[in-house]
Amino acid sequence: MTATTDEPAAGGGLILPRYHRPDGVHPPLYSPEYRSSVLRAPTQPLVPMPQFLTEVTGPLLGAERVTAAGSDLTARHAGEPLGQRIVVTGQVLDSDGRAVPDALVEIWQANSAGRYAHPADDHPAPLDPNFDGGGRCMTDSSGRYRFVTIKPGSYPWRNHLNAWRPAHIHFSLFGRAFTQRLITQMYFPGDPLLGQDPIFNSVPDPKARQRMIARFDLDLTVPDWALGFEWDIVLRGSLSTVFEAQEDR
Amino acid sequence: MRLPVTPSQTVGPFLTVGLLWADGPFVVPEGTAGAITIAGRVLDGAGGPVTDALVETWQADGDSRFDHPDDPRGAAGPATPGFRGFGRCATDQDGRYRIVTVRPGPLPCPPGGAEAPHLNVSVFARGLLDRVVTRIYFADEAEANAADPVLSAVATERRETLLARAVPGAPANEFRFDIRLRGPRETVFFDV
Repeated sequence: MTATTDEPAAGGGLILPRYHRPDGVHPPLYSPEYRSSVLRAPTQPLVPMPQFLTEVTGPLLGAERVTAAGSDLTARHAGEPLGQRIVVTGQVLDSDGRAVPDALVEIWQANSAGRYAHPADDHPAPLDPNFDGGGRCMTDSSGRYRFVTIKPGSYPWRNHLNAWRPAHIHFSLFGRAFTQRLITQMYFPGDPLLGQDPIFNSVPDPKARQRMIARFDLDLTVPDWALGFEWDIVLRGSLSTVFEAQEDR
Repeated sequence: MRLPVTPSQTVGPFLTVGLLWADGPFVVPEGTAGAITIAGRVLDGAGGPVTDALVETWQADGDSRFDHPDDPRGAAGPATPGFRGFGRCATDQDGRYRIVTVRPGPLPCPPGGAEAPHLNVSVFARGLLDRVVTRIYFADEAEANAADPVLSAVATERRETLLARAVPGAPANEFRFDIRLRGPRETVFFDV
């Protein structure tokens, strides 16, 4: 059985969007300064894959997974978490400048003392009973997201002697296609730990590294309440019109 | 105007703080007639279990359709009630994951060929600075697999790393698919 009956007439080929390849942007998988990559990064070169139906589609989920409490990490426990209250907001775009609306954004982070609410985190800093560190929201019709949380602390890790992670918030994004899936980290401006962090510096292009750093914004800062940070996230864009089958993969 | 893409970073060891869904492994609801399970282990270059990985799957339904506006055949509601197309499972202390789904149908592809039934897979883990992407095909679809353009582009001796196989002695709806990130019999990963 083959599923060719639904094929459109156009040249015998399906007309599919084609997503740009962000060559040179992402870190090399094998980055020995980041020790955990040594046993986990593949040795074989990646095999080029064409973008067919499974690649240009993707899970359009979210609304049923999101509640109002999901975007406010400070307001779902008996008391308020300790730490500097912050607003983190921005727009999810594709590389053609189009907003990515109605897309699920998931975040997670350490508490203000640099400790994750996770059984594997044995850093001897206090847990905060009023902070679990996970958040979830949908982008709105213009691709914007907004979280209220606290500024995460830095924490030591065992990558090398005296290794400390700069403060960061993990972000997970779906976009609208399998090709757009992205998990990354947002950093804070002026963090003195950025220069020694092998994860941040695994991104080869210094200009690309800067795109992972949020911008402090006084206009987003809520008077007498919370500091505001803005961070836009850019996913791969697609050629909007493709009239040929993808002979060139 | 072309905006530069935001770089990828590792998911880190504490991904379950943000990415754990109770229903994640269930692409179809538990108890769905005709459901299959695909289970296996994620292993590192020393053959040890990767205990902090996240395995995500994306696939067509049994009628070869996607409920998505960019499918040029038109978005189609799922043939199986509750089918989500997407699965997500964190690995356990043995590196094991398990997805409950239905077998996807074959797909038409340009320029006039067909892809064998498959699931796209993203693997995230501490130590992976970007996701790695692979595909699950079914070993019992030899004819369709032989005509598949993606599988055909893979070196013959490595294709077996992309095949889910029936589990000997287990019910016929249970399949095994291990993911070897590095080293001997390393899984084929794709640049999508």
